[in-house]
Amino acid sequence: MSAKATSKSGRAPAVILAEFDSTGDVLHAAERVRDAGYARWDTHTPFPVHGMDRAMGLKDSRIGWIVITFAVTGLTGAFVMMHWMNGVDYPLVVGDKPGGAPGTLPSMVPILFELTVLLSAFGAVLGMLHLNRLPRHHHPVFESDRFRQASDDRFFISIEADDPKFDVDTTRRLLEAARAKHVEIIEEEAS
Amino acid sequence: MAYWEPNALLDEAPLVKPGSALNDVTREIAQVTENRAPRGWWACFLVAATFAGIFVVCVSYLFYRGVGVWGNTSPVYWAWDITNFVWWVGIGHAGTLISAILFIFRQRWRTAINRFAEAMTIFAVICALIFPGIHVGRVWVVYWMFPLPNQMSLWPNFKSPLIWDLFAVGTYFTVSLLFWFTGLIPDLATLRDRSTTKWRQRIYGFLALGWRGSNRHWQNYERAYLILAAISTPLVLSVHSVVSMDFATSVIPGWHTTIFPPYFVAGAIFSGFAMVETVLLIARSVFKLQRVVLMRHLELMNKFLLLTSLLVGYAYAMEFFIAWFSGNQYEMAHFLKNRPTGPYWWAWAWMVGCNCVVPQVYWFKRMRTSIPVMFVVSILINIGMWFERFVIIVSSLNRDFLPSAWGLFRPTIIDIGTFTGTIGVFFTLFLLFMRWLPMVSMTEVKGTMPQADPHRHAEHPEHAPAEAGHKVGLAEGLVPEGAE
Repeated sequence: MSAKATSKSGRAPAVILAEFDSTGDVLHAAERVRDAGYARWDTHTPFPVHGMDRAMGLKDSRIGWIVITFAVTGLTGAFVMMHWMNGVDYPLVVGDKPGGAPGTLPSMVPILFELTVLLSAFGAVLGMLHLNRLPRHHHPVFESDRFRQASDDRFFISIEADDPKFDVDTTRRLLEAARAKHVEIIEEEAS
Repeated sequence: MAYWEPNALLDEAPLVKPGSALNDVTREIAQVTENRAPRGWWACFLVAATFAGIFVVCVSYLFYRGVGVWGNTSPVYWAWDITNFVWWVGIGHAGTLISAILFIFRQRWRTAINRFAEAMTIFAVICALIFPGIHVGRVWVVYWMFPLPNQMSLWPNFKSPLIWDLFAVGTYFTVSLLFWFTGLIPDLATLRDRSTTKWRQRIYGFLALGWRGSNRHWQNYERAYLILAAISTPLVLSVHSVVSMDFATSVIPGWHTTIFPPYFVAGAIFSGFAMVETVLLIARSVFKLQRVVLMRHLELMNKFLLLTSLLVGYAYAMEFFIAWFSGNQYEMAHFLKNRPTGPYWWAWAWMVGCNCVVPQVYWFKRMRTSIPVMFVVSILINIGMWFERFVIIVSSLNRDFLPSAWGLFRPTIIDIGTFTGTIGVFFTLFLLFMRWLPMVSMTEVKGTMPQADPHRHAEHPEHAPAEAGHKVGLAEGLVPEGAE
């Protein structure tokens, strides 16, 4: 392996960043990092790589629970709104039909549905951002110039220095042995 | 989750020109936003912006004088305004159909057109929402439509389909916007990483929310996207169903029909696909996107148009049949006499000709794969679908129960200016989108390429080294016109 490691000396390492050529290489490297027992690490790819969740040993996403909470809120909120407005606060009898539930439940269906969907959509997007801790415009991996290709056609693994198993030399050797094309150590910002 | 299956497992033909590298896709799509605009873009933009200006003038005049400047008259109180509203909402349906329903059915050819179609949805729904907003007369109290406390202590009547419509279209717009933005996040990160100027980096960087392609993020992202697709699927079917209830719950012959919800949805998908195709063909030729928008995509869209044309034609035939079968004299008078032979017979003829007759050319492969044919047909379908809404609204209202109450509607110059103006607004927004945002999802297209499959060499390892550095230099010839 002719991988080179670059390092601007002086400060403590924050992240070790390894670059790979193909989805196959990064997937197999991820399996090795997983088997080595690392916890605070990640892969960075321009698109989701098939099988990467298993290669990284990730548990299933929890976002479904967030969305169902929002959905139930939307459904009950819509019901309470319509029942209270047309049945309690200002009973509205139109066409000899009562204002609130249960008599008007059928005519409530469209808005019950729409608000359930509306809130679920917010739940999905906000839940995704919350679980991913985004927006976060500042991250050590952005210090690397090569990392700009992570959104184009290159594949990366980053292992954070505060991982209990982290050791600059062994971690680098592990990544180099896993066919990394380039390994880079990103240091803490000067404080 | 396995829904992002490699293409090879699904046994599908390639969706990007074979031999393309991942970077070719990034470059080809991103450089549209990075290079100077081609001359064709400026030509289109100036025309569109002119019409958008006409729209502003017409609406200002409407606000100044009131709805009397339109041709709406007794008994045709809903005329062009609602025709245009329904037409635009219908066009807005293809976006979510393509991004949600085709996603769930794993129709991966959608990757070439979904971003487009989603943008089109948003801009079409903006154009649609303008009309209910301005047709109320007193626009300054338009907030009365919303369930907000007001000085009369009145709440909206939730038994009215008009308020269902407000919630349906409002939800549709918001969900489409969220869906679109979620899909854009990884591509905005690509534009951020490619940016060469400070301002591009700041603006795209801000919008990309710090996306770093992390697989822990991709996992939640893909699941969120799947959930959005799953909830948008019934939503897209509900929106035009609810719009159709504005009509179907009334007692006017021609409106009082139980077939309306599915009929409206089929028509919406029909016109939406046609509009996607019109815009896509323009963009494909102006920005030279032949590598990602293949003839295969266009042919599939044409098959879809043929299918929905048959559905719409079936609905037209069923309306006639039920009118006759009901034995109701008003229904029969309306469908059997007023529509085909009444004062608006020509609108009916346009509707049937463009929506049922013209798309039959797509039974032939030569027609399905001819760019000029599909460009003309897609425009004719949109004309036909506009006339469908005109027929439903104006020709149903102009002759109802009592002949003494009959009347004719004639559009004024302001009607015409407002309608053509919204087309200008739509294309202005669309052209700005094409210029500043990636109009094809780079992430999803790359995900369908052979390079995205981590096991692609597992079966034929002997080919691996030969392909490793293999690139076909097609990108050089695909620089947009005037992009120097």
